[in-house]
Amino acid sequence: MYVAVKGGEAAIANAHSLLADRRRGDRSVPALRLDQIVEQLALGVDRVMSEGSLYDRELAALAIVQARGDMIEAIFLVRAYRTTLPRFGYTKAIDTGAMLVERRVSATYKDLPGGQLLGPTFDYTHRLLDPELAAGGDVAEPLQRASEAEAMPRVSAILAREGLIEPDGDMPQDHVPGDITREPLEFPMARDIRLQALSRGDEGFLLALGYSTQRGYARNHPFVGEVRIGEVELELDVPELPFAVPLGSVRVTECQMVNQFKGSAKAPPQFTRGYGLVFGQSERKAMAMALCDRALRASEFGEDVVAAAQDEEFVISHSDNVQATGFVEHLKLPHYVDFQAELDLVRRMRAEHDARENAGKVEEKRQAAE
Amino acid sequence: MRGQEARDQAERKAVMATLAQSTGDDIVRLWNAAGLPSEAELLRGPETGLVTVRGRIGGGGAPFNVGEATVTRATVRLASGQVGHCYALGRDKQKAKLAAIADALWQDPALRREVETKLIAPLQAALAGARERRRAETAATKVDFFTMVRGED
Repeated sequence: MYVAVKGGEAAIANAHSLLADRRRGDRSVPALRLDQIVEQLALGVDRVMSEGSLYDRELAALAIVQARGDMIEAIFLVRAYRTTLPRFGYTKAIDTGAMLVERRVSATYKDLPGGQLLGPTFDYTHRLLDPELAAGGDVAEPLQRASEAEAMPRVSAILAREGLIEPDGDMPQDHVPGDITREPLEFPMARDIRLQALSRGDEGFLLALGYSTQRGYARNHPFVGEVRIGEVELELDVPELPFAVPLGSVRVTECQMVNQFKGSAKAPPQFTRGYGLVFGQSERKAMAMALCDRALRASEFGEDVVAAAQDEEFVISHSDNVQATGFVEHLKLPHYVDFQAELDLVRRMRAEHDARENAGKVEEKRQAAE
Repeated sequence: MRGQEARDQAERKAVMATLAQSTGDDIVRLWNAAGLPSEAELLRGPETGLVTVRGRIGGGGAPFNVGEATVTRATVRLASGQVGHCYALGRDKQKAKLAAIADALWQDPALRREVETKLIAPLQAALAGARERRRAETAATKVDFFTMVRGED
């Protein structure tokens, strides 16, 4: 027999209007505008775009407000919105070598073509809270320095000249890039699909896994060959035009991680690589992605798979925070019937247990009496 | 002839790139100031959809899918017959429609010069100025290494 229980409609409606009220907060405080969030909480917006897997700053800002600043809820909102739109196609692959660079550092080469550009970084700040920000003072315009536009080749291209580093990752000629938004995950998976999953993966999860590889779980001696942040142009092939149509620019962060490799029966000793590419300005995420990408290539290099970060199914199946939060949070939804069944079971087991205990005690008494 | 066609395509692509990079507000402001005609038959859209952005493994290797981006597109036809298209990142439908009209007007030899001088050139100058400023601000954060000489001689 199945008995449906209904109820709670009024409670749900009232809870949602209470949520709207609490979201707005004190009415004497001005409401946030989306452009304020886009401009002043830009890295939060970038995180929502990266893990929501949708590049649209205003939508990400709207999601952040609607979610009251709960980033995973905001990411969830953006993912849900994506499903309502038709897809026009796949862009041509971006060229990060042609990026309008806003930050570019290398930990492996001091003097590299284009130089080390610190850009708007938290590095070398003292991490002291700034009371002046709380007071809302004016901020000076940044300094400018006249300079010739310089080519900024990727660091991997410099090492490649000596043949001491593996090439950029290739796939067979006829390989069509996989798309996890179209096909279900299957293991083992090709590196292109893994990278798509990692690029939208949870920053905290990938950061922890990347950290674990540094602490000795799948050690692979990483160096940041390069991190670069900046805008790249997008182009799309469309049937109505004889050339790829330019769409505008998106900001991305790219990390080239360089790793030691002793060599194997098939490959000579050389540096191997992990790659990270994410929407927006997020070098922590791009670096964590690159560490995980390299760790997940263990079997490709004949390395023993001994650590969590090397376990493809473990990493990729648990990297999506929308899936993770869905399954964890569903536990709080009504499970009354399931729980009643479990409760009955535990009561029955307890009764049997008590009966055994009592029988034992009676037997003990009887023996003691004899 | 083929060379001319290729040059025309490259120029048209550059015009479309300028329009796609510019903000809707800038396009509307210049459009109104220039008094360009904005009547056109909408053949498609403006409509918003997604494109999947592709990167390359290692920066230059095999392509992979990074994530989606919103794109708004429009297709228009002028009374004179020219068909114009626009695809631009974001969800600005008015911008997509005007950019498609600009693409169509640009294809009309009688109007090309006006579109270029009154709309495209100022947009390009603004974009170039913004790029140059960005580059100069970044250049100010370039590390100049110097060597410390210690001891005598």
